[in-house]
Amino acid sequence: MTDAASTATRPGRPAISGVVGRLPEVLMIWVPLLLSAAHLVSFSIWTIWISFTPSTLVPVTGWVGLRNYNAVLASRNWQIAFDNLLLFGVAFVLLSLITGLLLAILLDQRIRGENVLRSIFLYPLAVSFVVTGTVWSWLLNPGIGIEKLVHDLGWTSFKFDWLVDRDMAIWTIVIAAIWQSSGFAMALFLAGLRSVDSEIIKAAQIDGAGPIRIYRRVILPTLWPITITVVVVQLQFAISAFDLVRALTNGGPGIATQLPALVVYDLMFQRSQLGRGAAAAVLMLLILLAVLLPYAAWRYVQRRQAGHA
Amino acid sequence: MRDRTFVPGRALIYLVVTLFAVAYLAPLVVVVLNSLRSNEEIAQGSMVGWPQHWAWGNYALAWSGFCVAETCAGIRPYMLNSALVTIPATIFSTLLGAVAGYAVSLWRFRGDNWIYGIVTLGLFLPQQMRLLPWTIVLRDIGLINTLWGLVLIHTIQGLSFTVLFCRNYYAAIPHELIRAARIDGAGFFRIFWRIILPLSSPILIVTVIWQFTHIWNEFLYGVTFTTGQQQPVTAALIALSAPVADIPKHGVQSAAVIIAALPTLLIYFFGGRYFVRGLTAGAVK
Repeated sequence: MTDAASTATRPGRPAISGVVGRLPEVLMIWVPLLLSAAHLVSFSIWTIWISFTPSTLVPVTGWVGLRNYNAVLASRNWQIAFDNLLLFGVAFVLLSLITGLLLAILLDQRIRGENVLRSIFLYPLAVSFVVTGTVWSWLLNPGIGIEKLVHDLGWTSFKFDWLVDRDMAIWTIVIAAIWQSSGFAMALFLAGLRSVDSEIIKAAQIDGAGPIRIYRRVILPTLWPITITVVVVQLQFAISAFDLVRALTNGGPGIATQLPALVVYDLMFQRSQLGRGAAAAVLMLLILLAVLLPYAAWRYVQRRQAGHA
Repeated sequence: MRDRTFVPGRALIYLVVTLFAVAYLAPLVVVVLNSLRSNEEIAQGSMVGWPQHWAWGNYALAWSGFCVAETCAGIRPYMLNSALVTIPATIFSTLLGAVAGYAVSLWRFRGDNWIYGIVTLGLFLPQQMRLLPWTIVLRDIGLINTLWGLVLIHTIQGLSFTVLFCRNYYAAIPHELIRAARIDGAGFFRIFWRIILPLSSPILIVTVIWQFTHIWNEFLYGVTFTTGQQQPVTAALIALSAPVADIPKHGVQSAAVIIAALPTLLIYFFGGRYFVRGLTAGAVK
Protein backbone atom coordinates (compact mmCIF):
# COMPACT_ATOMS: atom_id res chain seq x y z
CA MET A 1 0.00 0.00 0.00
CA THR A 2 2.83 2.35 0.87
CA ASP A 3 4.19 1.44 -2.50
CA ALA A 4 1.03 2.47 -4.26
CA ALA A 5 1.16 5.78 -2.46
CA SER A 6 4.80 6.46 -3.33
CA THR A 7 4.49 5.72 -7.01
CA ALA A 8 1.55 8.05 -7.12
CA THR A 9 3.77 11.03 -6.37
CA ARG A 10 4.75 10.90 -10.00
CA PRO A 11 3.20 13.97 -11.54
CA GLY A 12 -0.22 13.18 -12.86
CA ARG A 13 0.06 10.41 -15.39
CA PRO A 14 -1.04 11.87 -18.71
CA ALA A 15 -4.18 10.09 -19.73
CA ILE A 16 -3.10 7.60 -22.36
CA SER A 17 -6.79 7.30 -21.96
CA GLY A 18 -9.31 5.80 -24.21
CA VAL A 19 -9.84 2.17 -24.78
CA VAL A 20 -6.25 1.40 -25.82
CA GLY A 21 -4.74 2.38 -22.47
CA ARG A 22 -7.34 0.48 -20.58
CA LEU A 23 -7.38 -2.50 -22.88
CA PRO A 24 -5.68 -5.02 -20.56
CA GLU A 25 -8.00 -4.02 -17.76
CA VAL A 26 -11.10 -4.20 -19.94
CA LEU A 27 -10.04 -7.58 -21.26
CA MET A 28 -9.35 -9.00 -17.82
CA ILE A 29 -12.64 -7.80 -16.38
CA TRP A 30 -14.95 -8.46 -19.26
CA VAL A 31 -13.65 -11.49 -21.09
CA PRO A 32 -13.94 -14.02 -18.23
CA LEU A 33 -17.17 -12.55 -16.89
CA LEU A 34 -18.79 -12.36 -20.30
CA LEU A 35 -17.62 -15.84 -21.27
CA SER A 36 -19.09 -17.24 -18.08
CA ALA A 37 -22.37 -15.32 -18.28
CA ALA A 38 -22.75 -15.76 -22.03
CA HIS A 39 -22.18 -19.50 -22.00
CA LEU A 40 -24.72 -19.97 -19.21
CA VAL A 41 -27.40 -17.97 -21.02
CA SER A 42 -26.73 -19.15 -24.55
CA PHE A 43 -26.23 -22.80 -23.61
CA SER A 44 -29.50 -22.86 -21.66
CA ILE A 45 -31.44 -21.21 -24.47
CA TRP A 46 -29.86 -23.55 -27.02
CA THR A 47 -30.76 -26.67 -25.02
CA ILE A 48 -34.31 -25.41 -24.54
CA TRP A 49 -34.55 -24.75 -28.29
CA ILE A 50 -33.23 -28.21 -29.19
CA SER A 51 -35.87 -29.74 -26.92
CA PHE A 52 -38.52 -28.41 -29.32
CA THR A 53 -36.84 -29.73 -32.48
CA PRO A 54 -36.98 -33.20 -34.06
CA SER A 55 -33.20 -33.63 -33.48
CA THR A 56 -32.01 -37.20 -33.11
CA LEU A 57 -28.40 -38.00 -33.96
CA VAL A 58 -27.47 -34.41 -34.81
CA PRO A 59 -29.13 -31.10 -33.98
CA VAL A 60 -31.58 -30.06 -36.68
CA THR A 61 -33.95 -27.15 -37.06
CA GLY A 62 -37.69 -27.59 -37.06
CA TRP A 63 -40.46 -27.39 -34.56
CA VAL A 64 -42.26 -30.31 -32.99
CA GLY A 65 -43.90 -28.49 -30.11
CA LEU A 66 -44.15 -30.58 -26.99
CA ARG A 67 -43.67 -33.91 -28.73
CA ASN A 68 -40.29 -34.61 -27.12
CA TYR A 69 -41.66 -33.71 -23.72
CA ASN A 70 -44.67 -35.96 -24.16
CA ALA A 71 -42.43 -38.81 -25.29
CA VAL A 72 -40.14 -38.42 -22.29
CA LEU A 73 -42.99 -38.04 -19.81
CA ALA A 74 -44.73 -41.10 -21.24
CA SER A 75 -41.64 -43.31 -21.14
CA ARG A 76 -41.37 -45.90 -18.41
CA ASN A 77 -37.75 -44.88 -17.91
CA TRP A 78 -38.70 -41.34 -16.94
CA GLN A 79 -41.66 -42.39 -14.82
CA ILE A 80 -39.50 -44.72 -12.77
CA ALA A 81 -36.75 -42.10 -12.62
CA PHE A 82 -39.18 -39.48 -11.36
CA ASP A 83 -40.74 -41.77 -8.74
CA ASN A 84 -37.24 -42.73 -7.61
CA LEU A 85 -36.25 -39.09 -7.40
CA LEU A 86 -39.23 -38.35 -5.15
CA LEU A 87 -38.43 -41.24 -2.85
CA PHE A 88 -34.67 -40.70 -2.91
CA GLY A 89 -34.97 -36.93 -2.52
CA VAL A 90 -37.34 -37.05 0.44
CA ALA A 91 -35.67 -39.98 2.22
CA PHE A 92 -32.14 -38.70 1.70
CA VAL A 93 -32.89 -35.13 2.72
CA LEU A 94 -34.90 -36.09 5.82
CA LEU A 95 -32.45 -38.73 7.01
CA SER A 96 -29.37 -36.62 6.40
CA LEU A 97 -31.04 -33.71 8.22
CA ILE A 98 -31.80 -35.94 11.20
CA THR A 99 -28.33 -37.50 11.19
CA GLY A 100 -26.64 -34.13 10.76
CA LEU A 101 -28.67 -32.49 13.51
CA LEU A 102 -28.12 -35.40 15.90
CA LEU A 103 -24.37 -35.36 15.30
CA ALA A 104 -24.24 -31.59 15.70
CA ILE A 105 -26.15 -31.69 18.99
CA LEU A 106 -23.92 -34.49 20.29
CA LEU A 107 -20.74 -32.67 19.27
CA ASP A 108 -22.08 -29.54 20.92
CA GLN A 109 -21.97 -31.20 24.37
CA ARG A 110 -18.37 -30.18 25.05
CA ILE A 111 -17.10 -33.65 24.47
CA ARG A 112 -13.50 -34.72 24.24
CA GLY A 113 -12.02 -35.25 20.82
CA GLU A 114 -14.58 -33.06 19.14
CA ASN A 115 -12.15 -31.98 16.41
CA VAL A 116 -11.24 -35.54 15.51
CA LEU A 117 -14.88 -36.64 15.43
CA ARG A 118 -15.87 -33.67 13.29
CA SER A 119 -13.10 -34.52 10.84
CA ILE A 120 -14.28 -38.13 10.67
CA PHE A 121 -17.88 -37.13 9.93
CA LEU A 122 -16.77 -34.67 7.24
CA TYR A 123 -14.10 -36.57 5.33
CA PRO A 124 -16.50 -38.44 3.00
CA LEU A 125 -17.32 -35.07 1.44
CA ALA A 126 -13.77 -34.79 0.12
CA VAL A 127 -14.07 -38.11 -1.69
CA SER A 128 -15.57 -38.28 -5.18
CA PHE A 129 -19.00 -39.82 -5.71
CA VAL A 130 -17.39 -42.37 -7.98
CA VAL A 131 -15.22 -43.61 -5.13
CA THR A 132 -18.14 -43.53 -2.68
CA GLY A 133 -20.35 -45.44 -5.11
CA THR A 134 -17.68 -48.02 -5.87
CA VAL A 135 -16.88 -48.70 -2.22
CA TRP A 136 -20.51 -49.01 -1.20
CA SER A 137 -21.25 -51.24 -4.16
CA TRP A 138 -18.70 -53.67 -2.70
CA LEU A 139 -19.97 -53.42 0.87
CA LEU A 140 -23.60 -53.87 -0.16
CA ASN A 141 -22.93 -56.62 -2.68
CA PRO A 142 -24.39 -59.78 -1.10
CA GLY A 143 -21.70 -61.96 -2.72
CA ILE A 144 -18.69 -60.22 -1.15
CA GLY A 145 -19.96 -57.57 1.24
CA ILE A 146 -21.75 -57.35 4.55
CA GLU A 147 -24.10 -60.28 3.84
CA LYS A 148 -21.16 -62.56 3.05
CA LEU A 149 -19.33 -61.38 6.16
CA VAL A 150 -22.26 -62.25 8.41
CA HIS A 151 -22.67 -65.62 6.67
CA ASP A 152 -18.99 -66.38 7.23
CA LEU A 153 -19.44 -65.52 10.89
CA GLY A 154 -22.01 -68.30 11.13
CA TRP A 155 -25.41 -66.60 10.75
CA THR A 156 -26.20 -68.15 7.39
CA SER A 157 -29.84 -67.11 7.18
CA PHE A 158 -28.89 -63.41 7.33
CA LYS A 159 -30.11 -61.49 4.31
CA PHE A 160 -29.05 -58.03 3.17
CA ASP A 161 -29.36 -57.99 -0.59
CA TRP A 162 -30.88 -54.57 -1.23
CA LEU A 163 -28.36 -53.90 -3.98
CA VAL A 164 -29.84 -56.62 -6.17
CA ASP A 165 -33.43 -56.29 -4.96
CA ARG A 166 -35.57 -54.27 -7.36
CA ASP A 167 -37.72 -52.78 -4.62
CA MET A 168 -34.97 -51.98 -2.17
CA ALA A 169 -32.07 -50.99 -4.44
CA ILE A 170 -32.96 -47.30 -4.33
CA TRP A 171 -32.29 -47.41 -0.58
CA THR A 172 -28.68 -48.38 -1.17
CA ILE A 173 -28.29 -45.02 -2.91
CA VAL A 174 -29.88 -43.34 0.08
CA ILE A 175 -27.40 -45.08 2.41
CA ALA A 176 -24.35 -44.10 0.36
CA ALA A 177 -25.62 -40.54 -0.14
CA ILE A 178 -26.18 -40.08 3.59
CA TRP A 179 -22.73 -41.44 4.38
CA GLN A 180 -21.28 -39.00 1.88
CA SER A 181 -23.14 -35.81 2.74
CA SER A 182 -24.65 -35.84 6.22
CA GLY A 183 -21.40 -34.29 7.46
CA PHE A 184 -22.32 -31.20 5.49
CA ALA A 185 -25.60 -30.83 7.41
CA MET A 186 -23.70 -31.42 10.63
CA ALA A 187 -21.15 -28.69 9.86
CA LEU A 188 -23.85 -26.09 9.17
CA PHE A 189 -25.97 -27.10 12.17
CA LEU A 190 -22.96 -27.03 14.46
CA ALA A 191 -22.13 -23.51 13.32
CA GLY A 192 -25.75 -22.57 14.04
CA LEU A 193 -25.75 -24.13 17.51
CA ARG A 194 -22.54 -22.30 18.39
CA SER A 195 -24.03 -18.96 17.45
CA VAL A 196 -27.02 -19.18 19.80
CA ASP A 197 -26.87 -16.40 22.38
CA SER A 198 -25.75 -17.93 25.68
CA GLU A 199 -27.65 -15.28 27.68
CA ILE A 200 -30.96 -16.65 26.42
CA ILE A 201 -29.97 -20.15 27.46
CA LYS A 202 -28.86 -18.98 30.89
CA ALA A 203 -32.19 -17.21 31.33
CA ALA A 204 -34.06 -20.37 30.40
CA GLN A 205 -31.96 -22.40 32.83
CA ILE A 206 -32.73 -19.96 35.62
CA ASP A 207 -36.40 -20.39 34.80
CA GLY A 208 -35.89 -24.06 35.55
CA ALA A 209 -36.07 -25.45 32.03
CA GLY A 210 -34.38 -28.81 31.47
CA PRO A 211 -31.96 -29.50 28.63
CA ILE A 212 -34.53 -31.12 26.34
CA ARG A 213 -36.93 -28.28 26.85
CA ILE A 214 -34.18 -25.74 26.23
CA TYR A 215 -33.24 -27.44 22.97
CA ARG A 216 -36.83 -27.71 21.87
CA ARG A 217 -37.99 -24.26 22.84
CA VAL A 218 -34.89 -22.09 22.66
CA ILE A 219 -32.10 -23.54 20.55
CA LEU A 220 -33.71 -25.54 17.76
CA PRO A 221 -36.10 -22.78 16.62
CA THR A 222 -33.09 -20.61 15.79
CA LEU A 223 -31.88 -23.26 13.34
CA TRP A 224 -34.73 -22.81 10.85
CA PRO A 225 -32.83 -20.69 8.34
CA ILE A 226 -29.94 -23.18 8.34
CA THR A 227 -32.34 -26.10 7.97
CA ILE A 228 -33.88 -24.55 4.89
CA THR A 229 -30.47 -23.89 3.34
CA VAL A 230 -29.39 -27.49 4.00
CA VAL A 231 -32.62 -28.85 2.51
CA VAL A 232 -32.22 -26.79 -0.64
CA VAL A 233 -28.56 -27.69 -1.16
CA GLN A 234 -29.20 -31.40 -0.54
CA LEU A 235 -32.23 -31.42 -2.83
CA GLN A 236 -30.15 -29.77 -5.51
CA PHE A 237 -27.65 -32.58 -5.13
CA ALA A 238 -30.39 -35.25 -5.20
CA ILE A 239 -31.92 -33.86 -8.39
CA SER A 240 -28.66 -33.90 -10.30
CA ALA A 241 -27.29 -37.13 -8.73
CA PHE A 242 -25.42 -39.00 -11.42
CA ASP A 243 -21.92 -40.20 -10.50
CA LEU A 244 -23.02 -41.87 -7.29
CA VAL A 245 -25.74 -43.93 -8.98
CA ARG A 246 -23.56 -44.65 -11.99
CA ALA A 247 -20.87 -46.15 -9.75
CA LEU A 248 -23.18 -47.84 -7.23
CA THR A 249 -25.94 -49.48 -9.26
CA ASN A 250 -25.70 -47.96 -12.75
CA GLY A 251 -29.47 -47.55 -12.58
CA GLY A 252 -30.04 -51.25 -11.97
CA PRO A 253 -31.06 -53.92 -11.30
CA GLY A 254 -32.90 -53.42 -14.59
CA ILE A 255 -33.92 -49.79 -14.39
CA ALA A 256 -34.94 -49.95 -10.72
CA THR A 257 -32.62 -47.16 -9.58
CA GLN A 258 -33.02 -44.93 -12.63
CA LEU A 259 -32.83 -41.21 -11.90
CA PRO A 260 -33.49 -38.21 -14.19
CA ALA A 261 -29.79 -37.41 -14.67
CA LEU A 262 -29.19 -40.95 -15.95
CA VAL A 263 -32.17 -40.73 -18.29
CA VAL A 264 -30.76 -37.53 -19.81
CA TYR A 265 -27.37 -39.13 -20.36
CA ASP A 266 -28.92 -42.27 -21.79
CA LEU A 267 -31.09 -40.34 -24.27
CA MET A 268 -28.35 -37.97 -25.37
CA PHE A 269 -25.34 -40.23 -25.67
CA GLN A 270 -26.55 -43.80 -25.81
CA ARG A 271 -29.76 -43.60 -27.79
CA SER A 272 -28.84 -40.51 -29.84
CA GLN A 273 -32.17 -38.86 -29.12
CA LEU A 274 -30.88 -35.32 -28.75
CA GLY A 275 -34.32 -33.67 -28.79
CA ARG A 276 -35.68 -35.96 -26.10
CA GLY A 277 -32.47 -35.78 -24.10
CA ALA A 278 -32.69 -31.99 -24.13
CA ALA A 279 -36.34 -32.18 -23.12
CA ALA A 280 -35.41 -34.42 -20.18
CA ALA A 281 -32.66 -31.95 -19.20
CA VAL A 282 -35.17 -29.09 -19.28
CA LEU A 283 -37.53 -31.16 -17.13
CA MET A 284 -34.68 -31.56 -14.65
CA LEU A 285 -34.23 -27.81 -14.67
CA LEU A 286 -37.96 -27.35 -14.00
CA ILE A 287 -37.81 -29.73 -11.02
CA LEU A 288 -34.84 -27.76 -9.73
CA LEU A 289 -36.67 -24.47 -10.18
CA ALA A 290 -39.61 -25.86 -8.21
CA VAL A 291 -37.17 -26.11 -5.31
CA LEU A 292 -35.06 -23.03 -5.92
CA LEU A 293 -37.67 -20.40 -6.75
CA PRO A 294 -39.53 -20.66 -3.41
CA TYR A 295 -36.12 -20.60 -1.72
CA ALA A 296 -35.09 -17.46 -3.62
CA ALA A 297 -38.41 -15.81 -2.70
CA TRP A 298 -37.94 -16.77 0.93
CA ARG A 299 -34.39 -15.36 0.93
CA TYR A 300 -35.66 -12.15 -0.65
CA VAL A 301 -38.33 -11.69 2.03
CA GLN A 302 -35.80 -12.47 4.77
CA ARG A 303 -33.40 -9.90 3.43
CA ARG A 304 -36.09 -7.23 3.16
CA GLN A 305 -37.15 -7.89 6.72
CA ALA A 306 -33.55 -7.70 7.88
CA GLY A 307 -33.22 -4.45 5.98
CA HIS A 308 -36.26 -2.93 7.69
CA ALA A 309 -35.32 -4.13 11.13
CA MET B 1 -18.74 -20.37 26.17
CA ARG B 2 -21.99 -21.91 27.22
CA ASP B 3 -22.16 -24.29 30.13
CA ARG B 4 -23.09 -27.70 28.82
CA THR B 5 -22.53 -29.79 31.92
CA PHE B 6 -26.27 -29.92 32.55
CA VAL B 7 -26.74 -32.66 29.98
CA PRO B 8 -26.94 -36.06 31.66
CA GLY B 9 -25.75 -39.37 30.31
CA ARG B 10 -22.25 -38.44 29.14
CA ALA B 11 -21.47 -42.12 28.66
CA LEU B 12 -24.42 -42.49 26.31
CA ILE B 13 -23.25 -39.48 24.29
CA TYR B 14 -19.77 -40.94 23.90
CA LEU B 15 -21.22 -44.31 22.97
CA VAL B 16 -23.41 -42.84 20.23
CA VAL B 17 -20.71 -40.62 18.69
CA THR B 18 -18.26 -43.53 18.77
CA LEU B 19 -20.73 -45.77 16.94
CA PHE B 20 -21.24 -43.08 14.32
CA ALA B 21 -17.51 -42.53 13.98
CA VAL B 22 -17.00 -46.26 13.40
CA ALA B 23 -19.73 -46.28 10.76
CA TYR B 24 -18.19 -43.29 8.94
CA LEU B 25 -14.68 -44.71 9.08
CA ALA B 26 -15.59 -48.30 8.25
CA PRO B 27 -15.70 -47.97 4.43
CA LEU B 28 -12.28 -46.34 4.37
CA VAL B 29 -10.78 -48.92 6.73
CA VAL B 30 -12.31 -51.78 4.75
CA VAL B 31 -10.90 -50.50 1.47
CA VAL B 32 -7.46 -49.83 2.94
CA LEU B 33 -7.35 -53.36 4.39
CA ASN B 34 -8.56 -54.85 1.12
CA SER B 35 -5.90 -53.01 -0.80
CA LEU B 36 -3.42 -55.08 1.23
CA ARG B 37 -5.13 -58.46 0.77
CA SER B 38 -4.65 -60.76 -2.18
CA ASN B 39 -7.48 -61.18 -4.66
CA GLU B 40 -7.84 -64.86 -3.76
CA GLU B 41 -8.02 -64.11 -0.06
CA ILE B 42 -10.92 -61.70 -0.65
CA ALA B 43 -12.66 -64.09 -3.03
CA GLN B 44 -12.61 -66.85 -0.43
CA GLY B 45 -14.03 -64.69 2.33
CA SER B 46 -15.70 -61.30 2.15
CA MET B 47 -14.66 -57.69 1.63
CA VAL B 48 -14.34 -57.31 5.38
CA GLY B 49 -11.29 -58.94 6.85
CA TRP B 50 -7.76 -58.58 8.17
CA PRO B 51 -4.95 -59.29 5.69
CA GLN B 52 -3.35 -62.70 6.31
CA HIS B 53 -0.47 -61.91 3.99
CA TRP B 54 0.28 -58.29 3.35
CA ALA B 55 -0.09 -57.91 -0.38
CA TRP B 56 1.81 -54.68 -0.98
CA GLY B 57 2.11 -55.62 -4.62
CA ASN B 58 -1.50 -54.53 -5.15
CA TYR B 59 -0.39 -50.91 -5.17
CA ALA B 60 2.31 -51.44 -7.77
CA LEU B 61 -0.14 -53.35 -9.94
CA ALA B 62 -2.90 -50.77 -9.52
CA TRP B 63 -0.47 -47.97 -10.29
CA SER B 64 1.10 -49.29 -13.46
CA GLY B 65 0.04 -52.79 -14.41
CA PHE B 66 -3.67 -53.27 -13.95
CA CYS B 67 -5.90 -53.39 -17.02
CA VAL B 68 -8.49 -50.67 -17.47
CA ALA B 69 -10.61 -51.49 -20.50
CA GLU B 70 -8.07 -52.74 -23.08
CA THR B 71 -4.95 -50.99 -21.84
CA CYS B 72 -2.82 -52.45 -19.09
CA ALA B 73 -0.94 -49.48 -17.73
CA GLY B 74 -2.63 -49.20 -14.36
CA ILE B 75 -4.26 -45.96 -13.31
CA ARG B 76 -1.06 -43.92 -13.62
CA PRO B 77 -1.94 -42.35 -17.01
CA TYR B 78 -5.41 -41.44 -15.73
CA MET B 79 -4.00 -39.92 -12.55
CA LEU B 80 -1.70 -37.87 -14.76
CA ASN B 81 -4.69 -36.81 -16.90
CA SER B 82 -6.60 -35.70 -13.82
CA ALA B 83 -3.59 -33.73 -12.61
CA LEU B 84 -3.12 -32.12 -16.03
CA VAL B 85 -6.76 -31.02 -16.03
CA THR B 86 -7.15 -30.14 -12.36
CA ILE B 87 -4.01 -28.09 -11.78
CA PRO B 88 -4.27 -25.65 -14.71
CA ALA B 89 -8.07 -25.33 -14.39
CA THR B 90 -7.72 -24.60 -10.67
CA ILE B 91 -5.05 -21.94 -11.26
CA PHE B 92 -6.88 -20.27 -14.16
CA SER B 93 -10.31 -20.23 -12.56
CA THR B 94 -8.89 -18.93 -9.27
CA LEU B 95 -6.85 -16.12 -10.83
CA LEU B 96 -9.60 -15.02 -13.20
CA GLY B 97 -12.12 -15.30 -10.37
CA ALA B 98 -9.96 -13.12 -8.14
CA VAL B 99 -9.65 -10.38 -10.77
CA ALA B 100 -13.33 -10.55 -11.65
CA GLY B 101 -14.39 -10.69 -8.00
CA TYR B 102 -12.24 -7.63 -7.31
CA ALA B 103 -13.74 -5.84 -10.32
CA VAL B 104 -17.37 -6.49 -9.36
CA SER B 105 -16.92 -5.73 -5.67
CA LEU B 106 -14.45 -2.83 -5.59
CA TRP B 107 -14.02 -1.38 -9.04
CA ARG B 108 -17.66 -1.26 -10.01
CA PHE B 109 -18.80 -0.67 -13.53
CA ARG B 110 -22.07 -0.35 -15.29
CA GLY B 111 -24.08 -3.56 -15.16
CA ASP B 112 -21.75 -5.30 -12.71
CA ASN B 113 -24.56 -6.60 -10.51
CA TRP B 114 -26.33 -8.09 -13.51
CA ILE B 115 -23.25 -9.85 -14.78
CA TYR B 116 -22.43 -11.10 -11.30
CA GLY B 117 -25.98 -12.41 -10.88
CA ILE B 118 -25.88 -14.32 -14.14
CA VAL B 119 -22.43 -15.78 -13.42
CA THR B 120 -23.57 -17.12 -10.05
CA LEU B 121 -26.58 -18.74 -11.70
CA GLY B 122 -24.01 -21.28 -12.81
CA LEU B 123 -24.07 -22.67 -9.26
CA PHE B 124 -27.62 -23.87 -9.74
CA LEU B 125 -27.94 -24.72 -13.40
CA PRO B 126 -27.74 -28.52 -13.84
CA GLN B 127 -24.75 -29.79 -15.80
CA GLN B 128 -27.15 -31.67 -18.04
CA MET B 129 -28.37 -28.39 -19.56
CA ARG B 130 -24.83 -27.68 -20.75
CA LEU B 131 -23.79 -31.10 -22.00
CA LEU B 132 -24.90 -30.83 -25.62
CA PRO B 133 -23.71 -27.25 -26.18
CA TRP B 134 -20.30 -28.10 -24.74
CA THR B 135 -20.09 -31.12 -27.04
CA ILE B 136 -20.66 -28.89 -30.04
CA VAL B 137 -18.34 -26.11 -28.87
CA LEU B 138 -15.52 -28.54 -28.08
CA ARG B 139 -15.94 -30.25 -31.42
CA ASP B 140 -15.95 -26.96 -33.33
CA ILE B 141 -12.78 -25.68 -31.68
CA GLY B 142 -11.11 -29.07 -31.99
CA LEU B 143 -10.80 -29.81 -28.29
CA ILE B 144 -13.11 -32.80 -28.01
CA ASN B 145 -11.36 -35.76 -26.38
CA THR B 146 -8.49 -33.57 -25.20
CA LEU B 147 -7.45 -32.60 -21.71
CA TRP B 148 -7.41 -28.93 -22.74
CA GLY B 149 -11.12 -29.22 -23.52
CA LEU B 150 -11.77 -30.23 -19.91
CA VAL B 151 -9.47 -27.45 -18.67
CA LEU B 152 -11.51 -24.95 -20.67
CA ILE B 153 -14.83 -26.23 -19.30
CA HIS B 154 -13.66 -26.28 -15.70
CA THR B 155 -12.08 -22.85 -15.99
CA ILE B 156 -15.18 -21.18 -17.37
CA GLN B 157 -17.63 -23.03 -15.16
CA GLY B 158 -15.39 -22.68 -12.14
CA LEU B 159 -15.77 -18.91 -12.39
CA SER B 160 -19.26 -19.21 -10.91
CA PHE B 161 -17.68 -20.40 -7.66
CA THR B 162 -14.46 -18.41 -7.67
CA VAL B 163 -16.10 -15.09 -8.49
CA LEU B 164 -18.65 -15.69 -5.73
CA PHE B 165 -15.99 -16.58 -3.13
CA CYS B 166 -13.68 -13.70 -4.02
CA ARG B 167 -16.41 -11.12 -4.44
CA ASN B 168 -17.84 -11.85 -0.99
CA TYR B 169 -14.39 -11.65 0.52
CA TYR B 170 -13.39 -8.45 -1.25
CA ALA B 171 -16.69 -6.78 -0.38
CA ALA B 172 -15.38 -6.51 3.18
CA ILE B 173 -12.31 -4.49 2.13
CA PRO B 174 -12.91 -0.78 2.83
CA HIS B 175 -13.66 1.15 -0.32
CA GLU B 176 -11.66 4.10 1.04
CA LEU B 177 -8.51 2.09 0.51
CA ILE B 178 -9.26 1.75 -3.17
CA ARG B 179 -10.42 5.32 -3.51
CA ALA B 180 -7.24 6.67 -1.91
CA ALA B 181 -5.08 4.55 -4.20
CA ARG B 182 -7.00 5.74 -7.23
CA ILE B 183 -6.61 9.36 -6.24
CA ASP B 184 -2.90 8.65 -5.98
CA GLY B 185 -3.01 7.55 -9.58
CA ALA B 186 -2.85 3.78 -9.18
CA GLY B 187 -4.66 1.88 -11.90
CA PHE B 188 -6.73 -1.27 -11.94
CA PHE B 189 -3.82 -3.74 -12.03
CA ARG B 190 -1.51 -1.80 -9.73
CA ILE B 191 -4.20 -1.75 -7.06
CA PHE B 192 -4.86 -5.44 -7.62
CA TRP B 193 -1.20 -6.46 -7.34
CA ARG B 194 -0.17 -4.11 -4.55
CA ILE B 195 -3.26 -3.92 -2.37
CA ILE B 196 -5.76 -6.65 -3.13
CA LEU B 197 -3.57 -9.65 -3.78
CA PRO B 198 -1.47 -9.31 -0.59
CA LEU B 199 -4.71 -9.31 1.40
CA SER B 200 -6.15 -12.29 -0.45
CA SER B 201 -4.33 -15.36 0.81
CA PRO B 202 -7.17 -16.58 3.09
CA ILE B 203 -9.74 -16.58 0.29
CA LEU B 204 -7.30 -17.84 -2.34
CA ILE B 205 -6.50 -20.89 -0.19
CA VAL B 206 -10.21 -21.64 0.22
CA THR B 207 -10.83 -21.17 -3.50
CA VAL B 208 -7.90 -23.31 -4.59
CA ILE B 209 -8.86 -26.15 -2.24
CA TRP B 210 -12.50 -25.99 -3.30
CA GLN B 211 -11.72 -25.90 -7.02
CA PHE B 212 -9.11 -28.64 -6.82
CA THR B 213 -11.45 -31.01 -4.97
CA HIS B 214 -14.36 -30.15 -7.23
CA ILE B 215 -12.47 -30.64 -10.51
CA TRP B 216 -10.58 -33.73 -9.39
CA ASN B 217 -13.84 -35.41 -8.35
CA GLU B 218 -15.81 -34.37 -11.43
CA PHE B 219 -17.09 -37.26 -13.50
CA LEU B 220 -19.85 -36.36 -15.98
CA TYR B 221 -17.78 -34.11 -18.27
CA GLY B 222 -14.83 -36.46 -18.06
CA VAL B 223 -16.86 -39.44 -19.17
CA THR B 224 -18.79 -37.51 -21.83
CA PHE B 225 -16.01 -35.59 -23.55
CA THR B 226 -13.06 -37.96 -23.31
CA THR B 227 -12.52 -41.61 -24.13
CA GLY B 228 -9.87 -44.24 -23.60
CA GLN B 229 -6.45 -42.91 -22.72
CA GLN B 230 -7.67 -39.33 -22.38
CA GLN B 231 -10.03 -39.99 -19.46
CA PRO B 232 -9.59 -38.53 -16.01
CA VAL B 233 -9.24 -40.97 -13.13
CA THR B 234 -12.89 -40.79 -12.01
CA ALA B 235 -14.02 -42.03 -15.42
CA ALA B 236 -11.31 -44.69 -15.53
CA LEU B 237 -12.33 -45.97 -12.08
CA ILE B 238 -15.79 -46.83 -13.37
CA ALA B 239 -14.30 -48.85 -16.20
CA LEU B 240 -11.93 -50.48 -13.74
CA SER B 241 -14.53 -51.50 -11.20
CA ALA B 242 -16.94 -52.80 -13.81
CA PRO B 243 -17.34 -56.55 -13.36
CA VAL B 244 -15.00 -58.46 -15.64
CA ALA B 245 -15.40 -61.96 -16.95
CA ASP B 246 -12.40 -63.49 -15.23
CA ILE B 247 -11.75 -63.69 -11.49
CA PRO B 248 -12.54 -60.44 -9.65
CA LYS B 249 -9.50 -58.46 -8.54
CA HIS B 250 -10.85 -56.65 -5.53
CA GLY B 251 -7.46 -56.30 -3.90
CA VAL B 252 -5.97 -54.39 -6.80
CA GLN B 253 -9.20 -52.46 -7.39
CA SER B 254 -9.18 -51.35 -3.75
CA ALA B 255 -5.61 -50.12 -4.13
CA ALA B 256 -6.66 -48.19 -7.25
CA VAL B 257 -9.59 -46.61 -5.39
CA ILE B 258 -7.28 -45.50 -2.59
CA ILE B 259 -4.78 -44.01 -5.04
CA ALA B 260 -7.54 -42.17 -6.91
CA ALA B 261 -8.99 -40.74 -3.70
CA LEU B 262 -5.63 -39.84 -2.18
CA PRO B 263 -5.10 -36.32 -3.59
CA THR B 264 -8.40 -34.96 -2.27
CA LEU B 265 -8.10 -36.90 1.00
CA LEU B 266 -4.67 -35.36 1.56
CA ILE B 267 -5.99 -31.90 0.80
CA TYR B 268 -8.80 -32.48 3.26
CA PHE B 269 -6.38 -33.81 5.84
CA PHE B 270 -4.04 -30.82 5.63
CA GLY B 271 -6.49 -28.09 4.71
CA GLY B 272 -9.70 -29.32 6.35
CA ARG B 273 -10.38 -25.96 7.93
CA TYR B 274 -10.32 -24.18 4.56
CA PHE B 275 -12.24 -26.99 2.92
CA VAL B 276 -15.12 -26.53 5.39
CA ARG B 277 -15.00 -22.79 4.88
CA GLY B 278 -15.41 -23.30 1.14
CA LEU B 279 -18.25 -25.70 1.78
CA THR B 280 -20.19 -23.27 3.92
CA ALA B 281 -19.37 -20.36 1.61
CA GLY B 282 -20.74 -22.42 -1.24
CA ALA B 283 -23.86 -23.31 0.71
CA VAL B 284 -24.85 -19.91 1.98
CA LYS B 285 -25.18 -18.39 -1.42
